[in-house]
Amino acid sequence: MSAATIVYVPADASAVAVGADVVAAAIHAEAARRGAPVRIVRNGSRGLLWLEPLVEADTPAGRIAYGPLTPGDVPGLFDAGFLGGGAHRLCLGPTAQIPYLKQQERLTFARVGLTDPLDLDAYRAHGGFRGLDTALDLEPAGIVERVTASGLRGRGGAAFPAGIKWKTALDAAADQKYVVCNADEGDSGTFSDRMLMEGDPYALIEGMTIAGLAVGATRGTIYLRFEYPHARRALERAIETARERGYLGENLRGTGRRFDLDLRIGAGAYICGEETSLLESLEGKRGQVRFKPPLPAISGLFGKPTVINNVITLASVPIILDRGAEYYRDFGLGRSRGTLPIQLTGNIRHGGLVEKAFGTTLRELLYDFGGGSRSGRPIRAVQVGGPLGAYLPESQFDTKIDYEAFAAIGGMLGHGGIVVFDDTVDMAAQARYAMEFCAIESCGKCTPCRIGSTRGVEVIDRLRAGEDPAKQEALLRDLCDTMIDGSLCALGGLTPYPVRSALNHFPEDFRKPAAARRRG
Amino acid sequence: MTTPAPTRANPDRSDRTDLDAAARETTLAACARLKDSPGALLPILHAIQDALSYVPGAAVPLIARELNLSRAEVHGVLSFYHYFRTEKPGRRVLRICRAEACQSVGAAALEAHAKRRLGVDYHGTTADGAITLEAVYCLGNCALGPSVMIDDSIEGRVDAQRFDEIVARARSAR
Repeated sequence: MSAATIVYVPADASAVAVGADVVAAAIHAEAARRGAPVRIVRNGSRGLLWLEPLVEADTPAGRIAYGPLTPGDVPGLFDAGFLGGGAHRLCLGPTAQIPYLKQQERLTFARVGLTDPLDLDAYRAHGGFRGLDTALDLEPAGIVERVTASGLRGRGGAAFPAGIKWKTALDAAADQKYVVCNADEGDSGTFSDRMLMEGDPYALIEGMTIAGLAVGATRGTIYLRFEYPHARRALERAIETARERGYLGENLRGTGRRFDLDLRIGAGAYICGEETSLLESLEGKRGQVRFKPPLPAISGLFGKPTVINNVITLASVPIILDRGAEYYRDFGLGRSRGTLPIQLTGNIRHGGLVEKAFGTTLRELLYDFGGGSRSGRPIRAVQVGGPLGAYLPESQFDTKIDYEAFAAIGGMLGHGGIVVFDDTVDMAAQARYAMEFCAIESCGKCTPCRIGSTRGVEVIDRLRAGEDPAKQEALLRDLCDTMIDGSLCALGGLTPYPVRSALNHFPEDFRKPAAARRRG
Repeated sequence: MTTPAPTRANPDRSDRTDLDAAARETTLAACARLKDSPGALLPILHAIQDALSYVPGAAVPLIARELNLSRAEVHGVLSFYHYFRTEKPGRRVLRICRAEACQSVGAAALEAHAKRRLGVDYHGTTADGAITLEAVYCLGNCALGPSVMIDDSIEGRVDAQRFDEIVARARSAR
C-alpha cells in the first residue's frame, strides 16, 4: 500500500475568501470516493493570490501546482492524475519554478506556504528557532548589535532603524520592560502582516522572543486588529504550542531565561496602528496619540521601556540572527537594506505578495510581476504606502523601491502596499476619500487633523462643484500645509499627501463638471 | 448642547441598572474574570460583545463600578472604537470594505447595491432582523477585492451577484 500523497490547500484568509475551504472539502470527498490515499495539509499561501485557491500535489518530482481551482474542477484533476503531477489545463508546473515566485528573494517569507504553519516540528525542520538558539548564546548588547548591523528598518511604515530603537530600550533601566508587536495592519493595500501571522506565526513569536532577550523584556503583547480572525486563530494556537514546547514561558529552551506573550484584539480603529495610540489602547483607554517625547523605548506601555515594532520587522529578526547581519544587509541598496514584502493590490491582474530586495522599480512590479491592470485598461495611478501615501502617475513608475527614493518624490513606501487604479478612476474622488477617511479615523486629539479633515472634505466638494475653483484650490493647499505642519502624528500629517499628489498630478479631475467626470 | 435627562443620584455607586439578569451576569462575569489583567477594559468590552453581540449602554455603570473607573471613562472607550456597538445588531453582521484597494475594483458600486438590496444604510439592520450592514476599512484581502466580511468569514471578488448569494445564505443559515 503506497503512502498517502500530500495535497496542500492553503488556509490563508485570502485563499479561503475565494473558496479554498470548499476546494479542500471537494478533494477530500473525491479522494474518499475513489479510495485514493490523500493527506490534505492546510498550508499558508504562496502569495500568488490571483491563482488562489492554488493547490499543490507533493509528487516524486516535487510539488506541482494547480490553480485557480473550483470544486467543480476536482474530479477532472483526479482523472488527470494530479496526485502524480499529471497534465491538466490548470496545471502551473513545479511551484518553485513559477516565475512570479522564482524571481523573488524570500527571506522573511521563506517558509510561508511550505508547511502547515502550526506544525512546530516543520518550522524547526525549515530553519525555525535557529535565530533564537543563536540569541540565547549572546549577550543582549550582542543581539542589538547584529540587528543594528543588518540595517533593518521598521517595516510598519516609519522605517526607523530597529537596532537603534532596541538599544534605547536596552539602555533604559527598569524593573519591567515590554515588547509590543504592532499587528494593527490597517493600511488598505497591505496584507503582509496577515499572511505572515497566518502562514508562519512561529517566526513572529521567535522574533519577539529575541527582542525580549535583546532588551531585557520578559513580557510581550501582540496587538491584532479584529478584522483578522484567521490570524487570531493561528496566533492563539501557535502561542499555546510554543508555550507547551518550551519556546515561551519561564524557562526558554531550558536556559532559565523568561519570555511570554499574550494576544490582544483591537476594535476597529485605524489610529491604533500609530504606536503611542496602540499603547493607550493596550492600557484600556481610548486610542489617542501621545506626545513624543518620551519615546516608547524609554516610557512606553504602562510607563515602562517598550520595544514596539511591526510584524514584518520582528519576523525578519530570526533570519538575521541565524544567517548573520551581513547576509541580510547585502540585499538592498543605499540605506534601504534587506528585502521588503511588497503587496500588489487593487486593480491588478496578478495580485499578490512579492518579496524582493530593495531596488526594484515600481514599473517592474506593476507590469513584470503584476501583469498590468485586472480590467485590462491602462494603469492611471498607483497609491503606494496605504491611505496616507501619495498617488503616483505613470511618469513616476521608474521610481525604485527604496525609502529615500520615495521620500524624494513626495511619497512614501510605508508598509509596502501598492494599490493600482485604471483610467476610470476619479482622482478628485480619491482625494476627497483621503480627507473623509482621516475625519472618520482621527483620534481627535489635535485640531489640524480633527477639524482639518472635515474642512478638507468640504473644500474638495466645493472645488469639484466648480465654486470659484482657484480660490478653493488655494484654500485646500493652505489647509494641507497646516495639517502637515501642525498635526501630532502621521494621520493628520500625511493625509495631505494623497490629496496634494492627486491635485498636482491629476488637476484635470478637479476641474471637470461632475456629469463629465465619469470616464470609460 | 442638550441637557442630559436627570438620572439616579450617584449612578457610579449604584448597584441597580436596567440590564436584564442575563446581561448583568455576563457583564459581571467578564469583569470578574478579566479585571485584574492590565488594561482590562478592552478585553472586557470584547468579552461582553462576544457574548451578547453588543455592549448594552446600561452595562456602563456596572463596568465602571467593577473597574473603579468613572462612567465617562468607560463610555469614552466604548464610543471611541468603531467595532463596539451599544444596540443589538441583526443575527449576522455584514461588513463591506470601503478602502482604496476595494474601491479600485468597484467597491462603491457594491456598496450602493448592498444598501439598495438590503434597504438599509450603514449601521442599519434589515427589517427582518437578519442582517446589520457596516462599513469596514480593509480586511487584508486587497488583491482579491471587493471584499466583505460576514461575521467572522471573509469573501473575496464580491460582485452584485455574489453579494446576493452571500445574503441569501446568511438569511437561510439561522
